[in-house]
Amino acid sequence: MDQTAWNFIFIGITFGVYIGIAIWSRAGSTKEYYVASRGVSPFANGMATAADWMSAATFISMAGGIAAAGYGASKFLMGWTGGFVLLTTLMVPYLRKFGKATVPDFVGDRYYSNAARMVAVICAIFICMTYIMGQMRGVGIVFSRLFAIEIWQGVLIGGGIVYFYAGLGGMKGITYTQVAQYCVMVFAYTIPVIFISMIITGNVVPQFGLIGDFVKEGQEHSQPLLDKVNQISTDLGFNEYTKGSGNTLDLFCITAALMVGTAGLPHVIVRFFTVKNVKAVRKSAYWTLGFIAIIYLTAPALGMFARTNFIEEINEKKYQDAPQWFKNWESQGMIAWVDKNEDGIMQYRAGDVFAGKPSFDDSRRTENGPRLVTNKIVSSPNEVYYDRDIIVLANPEMAGLPKWIIALVMAGCVAAALSTAAGLLLVLSTSISHDLMKKIVKPGISDKQEMLYARLASLAAVLVAAYFGINPPSSFVAKTVAFAFGLAASSFFPTLIMGIFSKKINKEGAIAGMIAGISFTLAYIVYFQFLTDSKEYWFGISPEGIGFIGMLINFAVAFVVSSLTPPPPREIQDMVEAIRIPKWAGEASDH
Amino acid sequence: MSDPSDSAKAYWRANLKLVGCLLLVWFLVSFGCGILFKEQLDQFSVGGAPLGFWMAQQGSIFCFVLLLIAYAFFMNKLDKEHGFEEED
Repeated sequence: MDQTAWNFIFIGITFGVYIGIAIWSRAGSTKEYYVASRGVSPFANGMATAADWMSAATFISMAGGIAAAGYGASKFLMGWTGGFVLLTTLMVPYLRKFGKATVPDFVGDRYYSNAARMVAVICAIFICMTYIMGQMRGVGIVFSRLFAIEIWQGVLIGGGIVYFYAGLGGMKGITYTQVAQYCVMVFAYTIPVIFISMIITGNVVPQFGLIGDFVKEGQEHSQPLLDKVNQISTDLGFNEYTKGSGNTLDLFCITAALMVGTAGLPHVIVRFFTVKNVKAVRKSAYWTLGFIAIIYLTAPALGMFARTNFIEEINEKKYQDAPQWFKNWESQGMIAWVDKNEDGIMQYRAGDVFAGKPSFDDSRRTENGPRLVTNKIVSSPNEVYYDRDIIVLANPEMAGLPKWIIALVMAGCVAAALSTAAGLLLVLSTSISHDLMKKIVKPGISDKQEMLYARLASLAAVLVAAYFGINPPSSFVAKTVAFAFGLAASSFFPTLIMGIFSKKINKEGAIAGMIAGISFTLAYIVYFQFLTDSKEYWFGISPEGIGFIGMLINFAVAFVVSSLTPPPPREIQDMVEAIRIPKWAGEASDH
Repeated sequence: MSDPSDSAKAYWRANLKLVGCLLLVWFLVSFGCGILFKEQLDQFSVGGAPLGFWMAQQGSIFCFVLLLIAYAFFMNKLDKEHGFEEED
């Protein structure tokens, strides 16, 4: 059977499952639509949250980033897992006890102000919108590869499927499809790495391959794999794999911003509103991080294996002797070779091969020769360009695994993108139907009308997201990830923490804090990402890490302003005391 | 309950103490071992990996999972001691 047939089978089966679940679990009330009637088991919610959390970017790009940056990529590994410790110990149990459906609900009630609610709604919409565009683009790209269709057709298919089960099933539909999607993702991610780990380190558990020895056939003495990677890296002019290259303060700030950003992302927080009580939230939290850890512990091993494999198979080889996968991905435009010293041998070294992404002139290509690149060549000894995403995508081919595994990896990519897109879509639609329409614009609407607004809002959101997925505003999408985390870190995280842990913070303080934190973070990111090419960052803190400073500003402003204005009313202080105690969570008011 | 507000205060104090301890460990294993003291720890090794590097890439993640399990266990115990336990 050929590759396309396998792809059709895997994508077809997984889509059939997702649609089947959507029909089985379609929502009849807003309570089902927003929080799945709070009947999800902690274990299932753990899987669903893990799938919700791990996006197409995590699935496809993270291992490639680790392979390229070595120790420098640790900020992603620690940042995107450590945030769950903050989320669990400082936020979700109390927000679950509070018992409302959305994050702006808490902000609006705790700070007794519709202005605060409105700021929260805008932040939620902005964070989710920037995130969902990238997911749509990811689905489009994977589909266009799989079935040789245009990217816009792929985006529309992906958007249609997500709308079908998120719009129809609401939180209930999303939750159970995400459980299925997690299963697809975890197999798709780990199975190829298990095989590679066995070949390279002889260890069946790939997570332990990171600390294992290099035992590939033909190797005379076994040596720790990391020593070998360090040695070949420095031989080729790279930094040592296990050594950092950036400044420590920047690494610290980025890691911190990713952690607090994670803890402030509304689509992750609301997932914990679907379980029965506070005890179930705590249980669900460790299941979530456990499921995420299976993939996050595999990623650094995969990155290192891939780096070793890639260099061993490519460097100092003749182009004619290059493995088949090299030529396959070259024809996709994700690998390119420029014979700078005209010796017919591929030299992989540190540095850029040429400026930007490759563009090719195939009219002058000789038979059995490489594709000719038209980019401006950079003077470095490196001749081999590769797109970091192939580390995961081409992984099964590099290891010579069967075709059905390649199809499984593709299904995993699609599952990662769809599960995250669905979670974001739900937050977008509830922000509009519940927080905006029901709580601010038209308080009198019935449950049925609110559901209708939710479905219409998610249709509008999916159309806008699809539009930007088809026409990405240049490199906007990649840069806006810094936005999403920076905003979450400097707005939701401090505001929610203060709302729970302090009875003194009042509405003036919270609003001033949010506005100060966001304005500072936005201004810094916009200035360095869009207005200037300068890399003269303040104290060397890059835009990815500035959300951490924005968070500190939010805290400081909120405390100062609150101490100068009257304290919150008595009933708000009582409410804060009530959410600190878990008992009777299930009976807390629902809407 | 004799005096619910006293009991609630004691519960909250114990809660803050537990969360404080867990977050201290959280900070030490990630920012401490993985970033600030990484160079010093790299003199030691775990299997074939330098310790500081391993903490940054895998060790801290193991610790995070353990921290969350500890949080659930001790909080449930705290609920029971102060009579705030939820029914299943």
